[in-house]
Amino acid sequence: MSPRSGGSSILTNPTVRSVVIQVALIAFLVGFTWWIVANTARNLEEANIASGFGFLSARSGFDIAITPISYSSSMTYGRAILVGIVNTLIISGSGIFLATLCGFVVGIGRLSQNFLIRMLATVYVETFRNIPPLLVILFWYFGVLSVLGGPRGIKENVFGVYLTNRGLQVPSVLFDPLAWVTFAAFVAGLVAVVVLARRNRRTQLATGERKPLLWTALGLIIGLPILAFVVTGLPAALDFPRATRFNLAGGFQIRPEYISLLLALSIYTGAFIAEIVRAGIMSVSKGQNEAAAALGLTRSQALRLVVVPQAFRVIIPPLTSQYLNLTKNSSLGLAIGYPELVAVGSTVLNQSGQSIEVVCIWMVVYLTISLSVSVFMNWFNAKMALVER
Amino acid sequence: MEEQVAPYVAHEQKQPLPPPASDIGIIGTTRRNLFATPLDSVLTIIAGAFIVWAAWNIVDWALVNAVFHGSDRTACTPQGGGGEGACWAFISAKFAQFMYGTYPFGDRWRIDLSVVMLVVLVAGVAIPAVPYKRLNAILLLGVYPVITLVLLTGGAFTFSGGLISFLLLIAAAVTISDVSSDPAVGFQSTPVKAAAAAALFALLALLVTAFISGSTIRFLDFRFTPLSLAALVASAAALVMVVAVGVASRRGGGNVFGVFMPTIAVIAFIAVLSADFGLEPVPTNLWGGLSLTLVVALTGIAASLPLGIMLALGRRSQMPAIRMLCIIFIEFWRGVPLITVLFMANFMLPLFMPEGVTFDQLLRALVGTALFSAAYMAEVIRGGLQAIPKGQYEGADAMALTYWQKMRMIILPQALKLVIPGIVNTFIGLFKDTSLVYIIGLADLLGTVRRGFNDPAWITASTPATGLIFAAFVYWIFCFSMSRYSIYTERRLDTGHKR
Repeated sequence: MSPRSGGSSILTNPTVRSVVIQVALIAFLVGFTWWIVANTARNLEEANIASGFGFLSARSGFDIAITPISYSSSMTYGRAILVGIVNTLIISGSGIFLATLCGFVVGIGRLSQNFLIRMLATVYVETFRNIPPLLVILFWYFGVLSVLGGPRGIKENVFGVYLTNRGLQVPSVLFDPLAWVTFAAFVAGLVAVVVLARRNRRTQLATGERKPLLWTALGLIIGLPILAFVVTGLPAALDFPRATRFNLAGGFQIRPEYISLLLALSIYTGAFIAEIVRAGIMSVSKGQNEAAAALGLTRSQALRLVVVPQAFRVIIPPLTSQYLNLTKNSSLGLAIGYPELVAVGSTVLNQSGQSIEVVCIWMVVYLTISLSVSVFMNWFNAKMALVER
Repeated sequence: MEEQVAPYVAHEQKQPLPPPASDIGIIGTTRRNLFATPLDSVLTIIAGAFIVWAAWNIVDWALVNAVFHGSDRTACTPQGGGGEGACWAFISAKFAQFMYGTYPFGDRWRIDLSVVMLVVLVAGVAIPAVPYKRLNAILLLGVYPVITLVLLTGGAFTFSGGLISFLLLIAAAVTISDVSSDPAVGFQSTPVKAAAAAALFALLALLVTAFISGSTIRFLDFRFTPLSLAALVASAAALVMVVAVGVASRRGGGNVFGVFMPTIAVIAFIAVLSADFGLEPVPTNLWGGLSLTLVVALTGIAASLPLGIMLALGRRSQMPAIRMLCIIFIEFWRGVPLITVLFMANFMLPLFMPEGVTFDQLLRALVGTALFSAAYMAEVIRGGLQAIPKGQYEGADAMALTYWQKMRMIILPQALKLVIPGIVNTFIGLFKDTSLVYIIGLADLLGTVRRGFNDPAWITASTPATGLIFAAFVYWIFCFSMSRYSIYTERRLDTGHKR
């Protein structure tokens, strides 16, 4: 086909057109960014705010309620933000653990033969999926924990566990220096189990013989540390909280902010994980189960070797995004004063006025967490994925 | 041969024996569902005990020990006879505030009217049996937002000259693309080319006005700079030319009215928004309660769907620059929490703007939520686009459809239908996320409840729990009904393409 006359062939040529569109878009974006940067620079100059990250080394001057790493108000803004990041990681990690537990139990419960269990699981899922997580957090904090009685004149109990409006007071463990032997024994036990599992797998691939591992593994992981603990002469002591006249002394205090946030996030995310688990299990076709039974596998073997590995392939990708959601939702701790990254950052922002820098720090930290979790889960997913032969 | 006599021959079908009595009826059902195995029986007993315990406590808290009447906190304290159960008196005292926020008393009919119109229009679109779907959709998406904006704020907006020129330019551009898509006219005819050139000139003039300021001229009661006035004239000229071509080409038949549509819409838009209807202006800092939650959620929903479609198409585009930009945009918003986005909108948007331009705080929150949910929407829609078999794309190409025709008529209808559950889930997520705006200082439903139980007149031990459970119930009703509607639609639209 011969090209048509002059102007129209250029206008209708797809290559030319796409280049023109892209160049125009990039030019527009560059101009827009330039405009924004110029406006911002002028506005900052008018407000007398020096831009840059120099403020991070200035003295913070505020206290943080929960400090997993050492911190005081005479330390820097940078240190304060670091405390916030550690707190974010702590709440996300523990929240992910509890939400997974809760989600798997409820998800399996939704498929139970038992009518009552099924109903309870359904009510739980349909309730918490349709309520904002922020509301659940506020409910635990203001509706439940804040209205509990104070520690004043509380009755002592045998377990040493007290729930008051100042949080959960539990016995803490004081380790003697010799306790490292117990930890070393635990690590050694773990390594031994991994090595043993690999060898068993090789044996099975070579000969088809399955060697039982469960009791050996339990013995190595739990028994070995206990043995070490006893042999080294019980190098740890429990410090029970004692009820004094006005307060509880001793033990370890878990702050109500942490409890509220942890409960709310894991209950909320647990409802979503339950649905994911249910979908995953339902996606394994009935034939797989029947084939496993026909091969003579026991019910638990069928679950462990046939159903779960296949369900996991369906479960892992949405589970990853739920984990990321939980991590991002941990920023709601701001509403009840749990000092995670956003809460600490907003205090820094209000004190120093460095809004752009603080927002940048938030974005970079959350993007880093998101990207690293998705890289890890993608690796895990690829490892679990169906290898077609 | 010896005759073989069978000892017994059945002459009719024998009825099967009834199942054992323990397998049917109430006993059988109970056994199957509750006591199938010993473990099952244990679970049933534990769960049953838990249900009885929970139900007993809930009834005790919400009904038996609850306080229903009272004018302040004393009713809900142990001295006043309450304190053990819910404080519903708090809800009934603050109910109007939870619904309307601090919106002036005399003007609350404006919110009521908007809600009634919304319910009628949404019912018209959502219920399959109601006719005039197209008209309804136009009213809901095009007319309703403008009317509600005027109703809620009081209207009488001032338009800058540049904005008017820009709106007219949009009308011109839409009309040009409409008229030139007619094969009888095409893009080749001189008047269309001239109109396009004029429109391009207007666009350039408007871009330049963003950077230089000039003296203002009053024209038709609006303020113009010389360049924006030039842009206005150019857009008007483009419109006149292209409308003339359109009318001429459709004289023999066809929709002559359609040529005028964009112009009429833009003029009506400007007229309605800038006209003074005598409504008392209500600044957005007085808005609050459930009505504010609905404003944020519905604006977010209305903005995120088209934006999300554009982003999803961009992410699957052949053009590397566009694809890259869309990927960066989507992954950025999806990687950060909404609360930081809201903080960013709250603290940084004012810094980005030139001197003198101020952003309403509500508008900042709206921009934040819309961009945030657009990124999630884009990923949902991309899933739908990927699920469409390649043959559909190739078939559309073989029919010589342009890119936008292909998307509009072939791909998007199928893709969107496939991902309706995902879209509704995003809507539900957005609705729940609106509760976060209270952290940046807006008084949405959760925010008013939160302020309500800090009110010294109502501080009791049970007020926070009562208020939050009420709010939870309201959120739950909205989200749950959305999810049920999505399941219903999914079943109705399931025309058998799914594998």
